[in-house]
Amino acid sequence: MRSGRERLLPRRGRCTTFRLAGALLIAVLGLSSPLIAQAVTKADGERTPVVVASKPFGESYLLAEMFAQLLESAGIAVARRPGLGATEIAFSALRTNAIDVYPEYTGTGLVAVLRDSVSAAMRKDPRLAFDRVAREFPQQFGVRWLPPLGFQNGYAIAVRRETAERLQLRTLSDVAARGESLTAGFTSDFIGRPDGLKGLSDAYGLSFRAVRPLAPAVKYEALASSGVDIIDGYSTDGLLAKYDLVTLEDDRRFFPPYEAAALVSPRLVNERPDAIAVLTRLSGRLTEPMVREWNRRVEVAREPVASVARDALASLSLVGTPEFETGATPSRPPPRASDRDDGFLSFFWARRAETLRLAGEHAALVVAALLAAIAIAVPLGVLLVRIPAIAESVMQVLGVLQTIPSIALLAFMIPLLGIGARPALAALWIYALLPIVRATYAGVSTADPDAVAAAEALGTTAWQRLWWVQLPLAAPIVLAGVRTAAVITVGAATLAAFIGAGGLGEPIVTGLGLADTRLVLAGAIPAALLAILVDLALAGVERLVAPAHRRPRR
Amino acid sequence: MSVALDAESLQHDYAGVTALDGVTLTVAPGTLLAVVGESGSGKTTLLRSFNRMVEPQRGTVRVGGEDVRRIPAESLRRRLGYVPQMGGLLPHWTIRRNVALVPRLVRQSAADRAADDALELVGLSPSEYGARFPHELSGGQRQRAALARALAARQDVVLLDEPFGALDAISRAEVHDAFARVRRELRFTAVLVTHDLSEAALLADAVAVMRNGSVEQVGTARDLRDHPATPYVARLLEQAMSAGASLVSA
Repeated sequence: MRSGRERLLPRRGRCTTFRLAGALLIAVLGLSSPLIAQAVTKADGERTPVVVASKPFGESYLLAEMFAQLLESAGIAVARRPGLGATEIAFSALRTNAIDVYPEYTGTGLVAVLRDSVSAAMRKDPRLAFDRVAREFPQQFGVRWLPPLGFQNGYAIAVRRETAERLQLRTLSDVAARGESLTAGFTSDFIGRPDGLKGLSDAYGLSFRAVRPLAPAVKYEALASSGVDIIDGYSTDGLLAKYDLVTLEDDRRFFPPYEAAALVSPRLVNERPDAIAVLTRLSGRLTEPMVREWNRRVEVAREPVASVARDALASLSLVGTPEFETGATPSRPPPRASDRDDGFLSFFWARRAETLRLAGEHAALVVAALLAAIAIAVPLGVLLVRIPAIAESVMQVLGVLQTIPSIALLAFMIPLLGIGARPALAALWIYALLPIVRATYAGVSTADPDAVAAAEALGTTAWQRLWWVQLPLAAPIVLAGVRTAAVITVGAATLAAFIGAGGLGEPIVTGLGLADTRLVLAGAIPAALLAILVDLALAGVERLVAPAHRRPRR
Repeated sequence: MSVALDAESLQHDYAGVTALDGVTLTVAPGTLLAVVGESGSGKTTLLRSFNRMVEPQRGTVRVGGEDVRRIPAESLRRRLGYVPQMGGLLPHWTIRRNVALVPRLVRQSAADRAADDALELVGLSPSEYGARFPHELSGGQRQRAALARALAARQDVVLLDEPFGALDAISRAEVHDAFARVRRELRFTAVLVTHDLSEAALLADAVAVMRNGSVEQVGTARDLRDHPATPYVARLLEQAMSAGASLVSA
């Protein structure tokens, strides 16, 4: 008579734990799917537009914006993904058709992608470097280099105009002949690398009165204020124009070639000859002085990238002249939101709608990743309590995943999931797992052993003990794990902007690329506030899930 | 309604350490058998064999004549009340909910009603204590609640694992009284594990002395005192007497 009723209850705990895992996963994914869908739409929405991307620094933003506007002027729909991580992220996104075009440099393609060295012949003739990448990339990756844009952004050795005129310096050979009295200020990176100062000195027989290591941020100031006389930089740095500096010709072709060109995806190569034709219109049209001036407007004068790009295309007669240009000179740009004269607070205030939108994206990413992590990690933690033999190794694996640097993990996700919200979600999910699994394991395995043993001896099933005794008693510990995971996730989600997932990392990445501290803070401060807010909210939940006897009496 | 408990040739060891070494004994229906012995003598292992918390490697355990291996563990345990040393009440459940656990497990219709009856039986007023949490009760009250939980579904058998061992002398006397009263009323079969010979003499119908996994002697307290079967039993009794225990109640 008893056993008939017994059958209603699951008898063996092990298989019911799997069922628990499945049910929880389905429930939580069901609950969070609108959020995930919302977050993913951004990445997946339309397939047809040409996705124009850049790496996170001023010139890359500018060239990408020029690509985008040029395509739009030809009636081609465009989606912009500025500021993608570093070369690895941008390139793997391109390879997998997650983006369609971004500006790249031949030297970077050779060294960072092909892992090749730059031959002496390539130094002498930059075309050889271009020929090599243009040959290798389609074979290896299906990716194509459009003909170079016409300028290089390689190493540049610069002096003040006054020094150049006084000593009659035009080339680096001139410096070798007449520059012994100069004090050099080089970045430690340049001093250290073999293709830097050492190689340069050997190639030209250079010698200076002194060589001072300088931080990149101060080298231009140091040169302008005569603290040093000669520095290393990049040939299209906007600051070269700002301080009216002279770059010296590398007449013995020591520096590797860094010719800029549009790099296009396999999809674009195969499906969009129209877009490729439009992009090719820029080939051979840009010169170093031009790009240097545009960079100055973006990086020094802090004009919006879009208006500088518009002016640039107009000056090349590639698109119509913008109307506001008629009277104004390019050196008197319209003020932009991050103009330095604005107060900090008014800058934040002006961005409030944007900040809210980004915070919403950020929160959606975090919440979706956390819910998905809870759905897996809590059942997994429970399962590990029942199979202690594998508990330690499973947590070690999760621990190893945890130690992968966020950027590397994000980059690793791109070939699998493309760019945008999906890979970001996956990476954040992985990061959130360990703290929750560990907490669940600890909480469930240490839940009041006397009570658990008594419940067993009185005839509860493993399933009932889990739900009635172990989980309720473990709840505060599990939640502490969730809080840890939440704070980690809010922080890591800022990096998701590097793979185009949006969120509060977007202004941080852009701000870092443009050396705009206020923009960085406009992302960092709300992100910090969000972390605090999430933690407080979870502290509230923690009080709600506290076992009944720990709650204050009404 | 009362059932007998039988253990036949039980053999069990934990990683090479012998806990039960050929134990055979019977608990007659409606009687209380006290199992005494030092720590490690196997008395708790024997107790836990009855509700399948331990499955002896050899031998047979019967409850009401039925081999326990033929009864699903959970339904067996719901028929056998259990009182552990520290009470084992679920800390986050009220006393009423704790006591109603087994009635609810066996789908008894008025589980809370059964819980309140059981609380009355052990002398805890349901209206006063029912809604409290375990940590709001004294140690003696908690053990009485644990006893109520072991009885609330009118179990045929109650297994007690040193349930009074952690109490101070006054609380212990109180709980002894409550327990004796309940037993007079319900006449369930019981096994009481204890290392306190005077407690065994006070509450038990028969006493089994265990040593190194074997039963040295089974008998009434008086039998043990007057006719110890082994030198060990004699020594044990002697020690208890010199500690001032009155082994045979008036």
